[in-house]
Order: sequence, then structure tokens, then C-alpha cells
Amino acid sequence: MTYKSQSVAKLYFIAAIALFAAQILFGLILGLQYLIGDFLFPAIPFNVARMVHTNALIVWLLMAFMGASYYLVPEEAETELFAPWLATAMFWIFLLAAAATVAGYLLFSYSDLAALTMNELLPTMGREFLEQPTITKLGIVVVALAFLFNIGITILKGRKTVVNLVLLMGLTGLAVFFLFSFYNPTNLVLDKYYWWWVVHLWVEGVWELILGAILAFVLIKVTGVDREVIEKWLYIIIAMTLITGIVGTGHHFFWIGTPEYWQWWGSIFSALEPIPFFMMTVFAFNMVNKRRREHPNKAAVLWALGTAVMAFLGAGVWGFLHTLSPVNYYTHGSQITAAHGHMAFYGAYVMINLTIISYAMPLLRGRNAANSNKQQTLEMWSFWLMTISMVFITLFLTGAGILQVYLQRVAEAPQPFMAVQDQIALFYWLREIAGLIFLIGVVTYIASFFIGQDEPEVVLGES
Amino acid sequence: MSGAFTKTMARNIFYGGSAFFFLLFLALTFDSMGQLPSRDNRAALSGPMGPQIAKGKMLWEENDCIGCHTLLGEGAYFAPELGNVYVRFGKSTDAIKGFIASRPANGIPGRRSMPQFNFNDEELTALAEFLKYVSEINSAGWPPNDQG
Ligand code: HEM
Ligand code: HEM
Ligand SMILES: [Fe+2]
Repeated sequence: MTYKSQSVAKLYFIAAIALFAAQILFGLILGLQYLIGDFLFPAIPFNVARMVHTNALIVWLLMAFMGASYYLVPEEAETELFAPWLATAMFWIFLLAAAATVAGYLLFSYSDLAALTMNELLPTMGREFLEQPTITKLGIVVVALAFLFNIGITILKGRKTVVNLVLLMGLTGLAVFFLFSFYNPTNLVLDKYYWWWVVHLWVEGVWELILGAILAFVLIKVTGVDREVIEKWLYIIIAMTLITGIVGTGHHFFWIGTPEYWQWWGSIFSALEPIPFFMMTVFAFNMVNKRRREHPNKAAVLWALGTAVMAFLGAGVWGFLHTLSPVNYYTHGSQITAAHGHMAFYGAYVMINLTIISYAMPLLRGRNAANSNKQQTLEMWSFWLMTISMVFITLFLTGAGILQVYLQRVAEAPQPFMAVQDQIALFYWLREIAGLIFLIGVVTYIASFFIGQDEPEVVLGES
Repeated sequence: MSGAFTKTMARNIFYGGSAFFFLLFLALTFDSMGQLPSRDNRAALSGPMGPQIAKGKMLWEENDCIGCHTLLGEGAYFAPELGNVYVRFGKSTDAIKGFIASRPANGIPGRRSMPQFNFNDEELTALAEFLKYVSEINSAGWPPNDQG
């Protein structure tokens, strides 16, 4: 760590990891409710557990993006953060807002929460992923603006690198597209159309810029490869992202009342969306192979390579699987969607954040370059536990999805939804078991921050 | 990547390509907005049931129905698709109302259970009218059959 103000990143990373753990606990509750339908009913109905699971995910990813930015922007710009106090203040506001929102979900019925927060004044609640009360959404906008201001001024006053520029574009896009969450007309087709401007244009658009920038930063650090080379890759990857991903939004406009030409536009452009993810994989392995130095933080290198592979599998391969409209006609809104959603979010956005945390946390905690051998061993165990169990979660959900689609939508005598769910329960049990192993991975991950922290760090040439 | 392909070229492809395809997306959006009136059943919204439908959508949202169900294939995958429930229930709003009203407060032992929301008759009508409106959106032949 070169600049004192980078240290605010630590707060963000710690909160992110805590929310990650909460997300997984609620995931396990959901998985059990799939099997034991009345588990925790009516105290925590499925929809409530689900919004805790997905909103915790989104909020911790945002927190980690912010932490990543506070860490890497000053280092890239070669200057202190413009206003560290603002970053600290915004952290507490964001954390309190997130905690209050989750408490609201769990303590009140959702309709009471809507009444309490006066949703009728500007109704934005009750849409998937955007369940937060309107007041929370406004809070997110305030936090995002303060954050962008802080990061933006820091970038302006310092050295301008491509990594910082791309990161800033991604973060600005994130804030701008979030504004569509305030548009909620009664006309359901319009509602859905612009809902995707938040959800799709985030994960298959501007977030990929953030992902690319963070990955490039870590690769520059751990491989020592010439910045020029890495920046050229970064530009071409994000070019392919937006060239394919913007019109690729059309893969969500097949069956929601929008014109049918979207079946062509959406299928063709989204079928090209795996290209940037594939390039990212080639890029990461190439850079590591051409490395000019061995970095003692082996765990961070593993996370970086893992991100590149798993993002390609989850977003690229599992995305392609159901993105052509004739296939999507059958798979739309099935367990296939859930399978893809899990691996894509994990492979791309969970893993990139764990990459930067892995790289930065040892430095933020006073190490010169890396954690102790014992810590890194534990961390690499957690990498494999989480990643392999996520592969199995995805495979089991894909199995469930194929059967579901066949029994409910393809077979000669299509069966009702609930009847089909009963028949595929075995896959849900297997998914839940894989989920438990994922949880063990999370526990191992958290343990790696503590067990072995008192041992000396890995130094080059030794271990 | 080889030397002939420079960083400046990569950067220009990024800016040029992104701008071009964003504009194309806006143009397609503009065209879609023009075509929607003939597909999205907006006539129902300005018809006699319009206020009920609007209220029904509000209730749909304020009870987070999307947290268990899909609607036109989007949402959660825990409970049945409701975009076509009006059709599945024999085009009867009364059947929809009856189903929602009759959910046991403590669930069905061991089974996935829908909560009892204690809606009054007016609210039940609003929800049923909303679901009827959704079923009449032109969704290009999706879902493949009545099971959703
Ligand atoms: C990291 C990037 C990505 C993430 C995080 C992601 C995540 C998701 C999630 C969570 C959903 C479900 C949305 C809902 O609840 O309705 C979804 C849907 C979908 N995604 Fe992705 N995705 C990514 C990239 C891709 C790519 C590259 C493709 C295509 C090649 C793709 C194709 C699809 C399709 C076709 C659907 C709609 C599924 C349906 O009809 O039910 N995704 N994605
Ligand atoms: C212990 C592991 C996990 C279990 C058992 C689990 C379980 C579930 C369940 C049951 C759902 C609801 C599906 C439905 O709507 O019917 C869900 C949704 C979701 N989960 Fe998880 N989850 C786990 C881990 C994760 C992780 C690690 C991530 C992110 C990387 C994640 C991201 C999501 C997303 C994005 C959705 C919404 C999916 C969609 O709309 O398609 N989950 N999860
Ligand atoms: Fe998408």
C-alpha cells in the first residue's frame, strides 16, 4: 500500500465479506424451502428469504467494487484520495441503509414495509432485484454520487491511466443505469423493458468494464507485464463487451410483448457475448505466462485466473446455452435460468471481488506483499471448495432444468408446474448438499484471514 | 497481440463501436415504442377496468408476488407462471380470486405454501383483473402451453 487513504478500502471489504456470508446462509434457507415447502413458513416466506439472498449479493458486490476503487484509484493516479473522510462517511451510511433494509424485510411483512416507507409516493418496490424501498434506492443514489465525485476528482487530479478511466466509465454507467429503477409505469411491457436497462446493462454491460479494469490492475501488479500490453487488451475486451452486449439486451425481449424482430437481434448479438469473456480468459493466462516476476501472493494469482475461467463458463457457455430464441422459448424462466444466474454471478462478479480482496487485504493489513503460507493455503482451499461446489450447483440445476422443461413444456402431455417440481426434487437435494460445501468454503475463506496471520509472510524464493 | 495493432486502434474501436451500437439500440428502442401499442394491451389500461388493473399491479408489487412466481417468464422459479394463469384457470377471474382467498394461514404441512394475504374483495378483483390484462399481452406465443 503506497497511499494512506487507500486504507478506507478495508472497511468496505470487511462489510462485503460479512454480507457474502449472510447471502449464502439465506441461499441455504431457500434451497431447503425448495424441498421442505413450509420450512420457516410463515415467519420467513420464500420471497423474503429470496430478496435477502439476492439483495445481499448485489449490495456486497457494490461494496466490494467501491472498496476496490478506493484501493486502486489512488495507486493508479499516484495521489491520495480526494476526500477520505467522505469515503468513510459514505461507508457507514451505506452499511446502515443496507442493515435497515434487511431488518425491514425480516421484521415486517413486505406490504407493511411498503406502507411504512410510503411506496405509493414513488412506487418502485416489488420488482425482482429492485425490492428495496424507494427511500433505500434514493440512499443508494446519494452514496453512488458521493462515491463517483470522490473517485472522479482523484482521477482528475492525478495520473490518468486506462485502468482508472475504464473503471470510472463502468462506475458512472452503473449509477446512470440504476436510475431506470425509478421508472415503473403501470404498463407492464414498458416496466419490463426498462427494468432490463438496469439488470442486463449492468451485468452484461457496464459491470464488465469494472471487471476488466480490476482484472487488468491485479494482472499488472502480479505479473509485472508491460502496462501498454495490458491496456491494449483491456480496450479490446471492453469494446467487444459493449459491441455485443448492448444490442444483446434483446435476448430479454423475446416474450414480454415486444416486437418479434428482437428474436433476431437478441439471438445474434447475445450469441456473440461470450467473445469478450473468452478473450478475458486468453488474456489472463497469457499475461501470467509472460510474467516478468513471481509474485509471492499465489492466492491472488489463482483468483485472477479462476475469474477468467469461471466467468467464461458461467456467462459465456451457460449464457449461450439458452440465449438463442428457439431454445429460450422452452427454457425461459426455468431452472436453466437459475443455473446460469448462479455460475455467471459467481464466476464473474464474486470472483473478481475476491481477487482484488485477495491482492489488497494483506497489504491493507500491513504485509509487504502477501499473507503467510498457512493463510494462502487455506485461502486456496476455499477457492477450490467454493468454485467446485458452484460448478456442481450449476450442474444440478441444469439437470433439474432439463427435466423441468421436458416434463412441463415439451412432453406430449405437459404436466403442471408443482407436479413437475415434485419429480425433480432429487436434484434440489443434491444442489443443497453442494450448497453446504459452498458454505464450508466460505467459512474456510473467512478463517484464512485469522489462522496463520501471526506467521511471517511468504517471501520470494523461499516457499 | 502483435505490434501492428496499437493501443490507439483498440481505444478507437471501443469508443466508436460502443457509440455506434448504443445508437443502434436506441433506434431499435424507438421503433419498439412505436409498435408496442398494438401488442402490449394498453387499451385495457385506459378501458373501464383500467383503475383496477393499476391497483392490481400495485398490489402485485407491494406483496412481492414476483419473489415466488414468474410473470411472462421473469421472476422467481418457486411457484407457477402467472402470465397465463387467467387462461389456465379457464378464463375465470373468479377462479383466481377464489384461489388467492383460500390459502391457509399456516401453510400446507410440508408443501410449498402461498401466504394468506387477507385481501378484501376489491383487492382480489384488482389482482385478478391485472392478471387478466397480462394474459392478453401479445407475448409471441410464449409460454409453449397452458402449464406455463
Ligand atoms: C457476468 C455476466 C452475466 C451475469 C451475472 C448474468 C446473470 C443472469 C441472471 C441473474 C439472469 C436471470 C435474470 C432474471 O431473474 O430474470 C440471467 C438471464 C439470462 N442470461 Fe445472463 N448473465 C450474464 C451474462 C450472460 C451472457 C454473456 C449471456 C449470453 C450469452 C446471457 C444470457 C442470458 C439469458 C438468455 C437470460 C434469460 C434467461 C431466461 O429467459 O429465463 N447472460 N442472466
Ligand atoms: C449455498 C449456495 C446457494 C444456494 C443453495 C442458493 C439458492 C438459491 C435459490 C433457491 C434461489 C431462488 C431460485 C428461485 O427463484 O426459485 C437463488 C437465487 C439466486 N441466487 Fe443463489 N444460492 C446459493 C449461492 C449463491 C451464490 C454464491 C450466488 C452468487 C454468486 C447466488 C446468486 C443468486 C442469484 C443471482 C439468484 C437469482 C437467480 C435468478 O433470478 O435467476 N446464489 N439462489
Ligand atoms: Fe442478459
